[in-house]
Amino acid sequence: MNQLENFNKGFFKENPVFVLLLGMCPMLGVTSSAINGLGMGLATTFVLIMSNIVVSLIKNFIPDKVRIPSFIVIIASFVTIVDLVMAGYLPALHEQLGLFIPLIVVNCLVLGRAEAFASKKDFLSSFVDGAGMGLGFSMALTILGGMREILGSGAIFDYKFVSEDASTFLLFVMPPGAFIALAYLIAFINRLNKTEK
Amino acid sequence: MANKKESSLVNMVLTLFIITLIASASLGFIYEITKLPIKEAKIAKKTKAIEKVLPEFDNLEEMKVVKATDKGRDFEFYNAKKGGKIIGTAVKTSTESGYSGLIWIMVGFTADGKIYKTSVLEHKETPGLGTKLDETAFKKQFLGKNPDNFKLIVKKDGGDVDAITAATISSRAFCEAVQRAFDAYKKQK
Repeated sequence: MNQLENFNKGFFKENPVFVLLLGMCPMLGVTSSAINGLGMGLATTFVLIMSNIVVSLIKNFIPDKVRIPSFIVIIASFVTIVDLVMAGYLPALHEQLGLFIPLIVVNCLVLGRAEAFASKKDFLSSFVDGAGMGLGFSMALTILGGMREILGSGAIFDYKFVSEDASTFLLFVMPPGAFIALAYLIAFINRLNKTEK
Repeated sequence: MANKKESSLVNMVLTLFIITLIASASLGFIYEITKLPIKEAKIAKKTKAIEKVLPEFDNLEEMKVVKATDKGRDFEFYNAKKGGKIIGTAVKTSTESGYSGLIWIMVGFTADGKIYKTSVLEHKETPGLGTKLDETAFKKQFLGKNPDNFKLIVKKDGGDVDAITAATISSRAFCEAVQRAFDAYKKQK
């Protein structure tokens, strides 16, 4: 497969959020602002790329029956690394994302790519697949976070463009707002895909 | 496509052993590297919170835990010194009466027992309503007040505090936490 096509697949055509609807838990949980969405997306991207690379490199040495536990150990190690590094160097963002960082371990997107893609493909394809899927995930989270931040707090990337007392759609920074915003985004994307065909 | 490797007891146990060994070794390594920055980040965060609520100081005493005499959680006291003299005390206080979950607040008292500034450390109040606890419009009414002659009760209940519109519960909880801090602070003196 062409590598560009491979990247584009994760980034747009099979976007994990808008098309595959994978990894919904962190996506609904942390996207109350654009910066949270971006931070979460990049943390997941790192884990996805690294675990894809390692899994594709050692796939021939792992007995079939213990492949899932092996993948999970690999993924969990990278998640813990992200967690520790973030706590040390980006404490503010780490606090915002809180529990959702350790929860990347159980993000079905990461294990899904390791099992469905990296364990069957070569090193380069796995790297590109991880990058495409991860950046697609980051983009989706940032868009959703940005949309909720604009509507809910009248700001984007913490830059406030309405006055302090202006009333905004508070619903959008609360959990139900995540579902509503996501539904509209998916409807919009589906509409786009239909016109393309 | 890669051939599937046959699974036998020995190679399964061995593979998992090697993978977990490498994983734990690398995690130990990363932990050692990040231990110091994490500790520093925690201290920096605490010092920043104290700096926010007290006048300028040059020396901060160690944390002192003060047992709560009511049913609430214990307090943390930090005495700030300038030129060897105590100029103020930051008290970390909390309340359970918030709209959802605990609210942690840092209150700074100057040496004469007046509130210098307040800062909300942690809360789970409704975004856009209860979160206004940490905005100047609400906080400024406490500046320089001595709770002995400034009733820390919302006006609706007969006190002196202007509650936040649509967030009376959060406002009440805030007053309660500050009052608790003041009581504990007075007892310490």
